[in-house]
Amino acid sequence: MLCTEVMRQLSEYLDGELDAALVQELEQHLSDCQDCRIVVDTTRKTIEIYCNTEPAPLPPEVRTRLHKALARRLAKGR
Amino acid sequence: MPVHAENEATLVAEAREGKAEAFTQLVNRYERNIYRLALNLTGNREDAEDVLQEAFLKAYSHLDQFQGNSRFYTWLVRIAVNEGLMKLRKRRSDKSASLDEMVETEDDAVPREVVAWEDTPEQRYAKTELQSILSEAVESLEPAFRMVFVLRDIEDFSTQETAELLNLSIPAVKSRLLRARLKLRQRLNKYFTRG
Repeated sequence: MLCTEVMRQLSEYLDGELDAALVQELEQHLSDCQDCRIVVDTTRKTIEIYCNTEPAPLPPEVRTRLHKALARRLAKGR
Repeated sequence: MPVHAENEATLVAEAREGKAEAFTQLVNRYERNIYRLALNLTGNREDAEDVLQEAFLKAYSHLDQFQGNSRFYTWLVRIAVNEGLMKLRKRRSDKSASLDEMVETEDDAVPREVVAWEDTPEQRYAKTELQSILSEAVESLEPAFRMVFVLRDIEDFSTQETAELLNLSIPAVKSRLLRARLKLRQRLNKYFTRG
């Protein structure tokens, strides 16, 4: 497998959606290619960091305005 | 049906009957998620607040159209995504890129800079600083990539669901997701590189 093919299959590999035979080929390439190994590792970390980081909180003033707008709408009934 | 989903279905049914308290409970449950989604999609606090309000107001007004085939939350996300898209289209006349412009070329899909990161690079930063770095990086993505990344990797929707929410084909979602991830990786390099 060439580096360009590794890049093409990267997302599906990281998502665990790649066919077993391709996984084997890709991992064989990774064992010999440091650049691809780094790209795979740092892309995996990118996804993990976004998955694991708490979202910014809803600012209280934004929440207050939302609930005021809703109260006006809800008062009209359905 | 899981307890959470069953409870959600009950609240939706009660809200449909006009029980304001039931709808308020749904809002309380999802307001944070919808705000985060709106903020990530639009990259702008003012627009995010508009999207948040419009999404819940429209959901209430159109509750009768909710078929119950999907989770209420998925239906709500669809409304919020549409509102977010409208905001982005309105901004198209300024510097923002078109949602559909030339995203299928692969010239920048190949990583230009290959440097290793620390094992847990995020620990280098305080929580708020890290949030700001990550938000800025997502906001810097073109909208077409940002929408897909936000739905797939932040909101955790499947490829199929993301395709449905954005009216894209599955190959288009996969291609944009790959490019979004690689672009983000590149943009985070300067913060997380080892050494």
